[in-house]
Amino acid sequence: MSAWQSAAHIAEAVNAGRTTAVAVVEATLKRIEERDGPLNAFTALTHARALARATAIDLGRAQGKVGGPLAGVPFAVKNLFDVAGLPTLAGSKINRGRPPAERDSPLITRLEAAGAVLVGTLNMGEYAYDFTGENIHYGASCNPHATAHMAGGSSGGSGASVAGGLVPLSLGSDTNGSIRVPSSFCGLFGLKPTYGRLSRAGSFPFVASLDHLGPLARSTLDLALAYDAMQGYDPSDPVCVDRPAEPVVPGLDHGSNGLRVAVAGGYFKRGMSAAAQEAVGRVAAALGASAVVEIPEAARARAAAYVITAAESAALHLDRLRRHAADFDPAVRDRLIAGAMLPAPLVVRAQKFRRWYRDQVLGLFESVDAVLAPATPFTAPRLGQQTVLLDGAELPLRPNIGIFTQPISCIGLPVVVVPVPLQPLPIGVQIIAPPWREDLALRIAYRVEKDGVALAPRPPR
Amino acid sequence: MSETRDAALDCFIAAAAAALELPLQAEWKPAIKAHLHVIWRLAALVAEFDLPDELEPAPVFET
Repeated sequence: MSAWQSAAHIAEAVNAGRTTAVAVVEATLKRIEERDGPLNAFTALTHARALARATAIDLGRAQGKVGGPLAGVPFAVKNLFDVAGLPTLAGSKINRGRPPAERDSPLITRLEAAGAVLVGTLNMGEYAYDFTGENIHYGASCNPHATAHMAGGSSGGSGASVAGGLVPLSLGSDTNGSIRVPSSFCGLFGLKPTYGRLSRAGSFPFVASLDHLGPLARSTLDLALAYDAMQGYDPSDPVCVDRPAEPVVPGLDHGSNGLRVAVAGGYFKRGMSAAAQEAVGRVAAALGASAVVEIPEAARARAAAYVITAAESAALHLDRLRRHAADFDPAVRDRLIAGAMLPAPLVVRAQKFRRWYRDQVLGLFESVDAVLAPATPFTAPRLGQQTVLLDGAELPLRPNIGIFTQPISCIGLPVVVVPVPLQPLPIGVQIIAPPWREDLALRIAYRVEKDGVALAPRPPR
Repeated sequence: MSETRDAALDCFIAAAAAALELPLQAEWKPAIKAHLHVIWRLAALVAEFDLPDELEPAPVFET
């Protein structure tokens, strides 16, 4: 089976008996071993459990059991997900000393219940405090479209593995953009669901107020299949909201006619490259989206997310900073220490601002169903790059990668990133929907993909 | 940053590190100061925005 088969196609072939889960998984593991070197996407392979799981799927089919919607689909997870028997690294050196996880993250369990097969864990920026995919301990995840360029972070391996054709599906986390940035840089579809939609239990945290988990894939349908398999209340995550699963696959092809789609103006029109402008323009034209809406105080929302991130991540790591400061990536350590020194009133103020900002943005959704915005201001920078030229000014690179993603995750809105296959590198566009309306963002993404405007391009061999 | 504010930030970092029992090495301090400067600038951008006293902080969204 080709490296570029979709998850939907693999499951259909396994369920129809045209191939076996074991054949798919063996080919996937071989492909990863042969091709991951230049990408550095994987940090561990789970050979034995993957083959055991695939064998069980094939045995079930032989006994007449109906296969799941992801039967035999190989997937991999950012290494902040708990995987039974492995220490949960979260991209760090320090966590190597943790005992192996006793059980899988609930999202892994749910994907496997739908027939998917975990084949390994993926590289990431240390403790998810990263937009580049670079990692001082494990090396950088490289962009499959140009390996001298960043995969994006912090879910760098999640982006590189799927864009490089190693697996059709991966899971990542997104606090300020860590699913959406790699999706944009690597040319993938990515879903950051509504805050509280998917369980975060069994994952290593970063910023409790802003952490989300979600999938990356090469098609909207594959995102939707994975998302539907992972939905549902989980009392083991106190943030997971008790509401019924709302499957999106059945309505995915309902089109976008009648939906009011607008383009984000103001803040979201400034500080972006020609590529980002071109990508948003193409998606807007395909959808006939001519209206422009102003997301109020987006710059302050980004600032609030930045402040909350600094404070909560510092609180999380305070003891490690006291005892193991020299074992952090220095770039992460210094930001965490600075965050620890932030006076509490400023943090509470940022949390209060979120309430105000959320109310304003919800009001905006009374007149539109979805908003388009660039996912990143530019295509993937070169590895090690420190500055970027925007609007004629040379700016520090790292803090500017997430300027368009942070104001959205600040209030937990669901977003689908669609890839626009520009040359020489792709770039993503955010489709932003109201809370709990992932279905709208996915429907619009599916329509844009069917029109050929959004496409996950194959990298050169 | 003015020299006075710069010196004040150096003092603050030293005091906060001691209060938090964070062992700092001298060569880390310039980067910590640069990050703290950015975070405080952004925190001030948020804090200068007028909000009602009654407004609840919003760490979780359920609806």
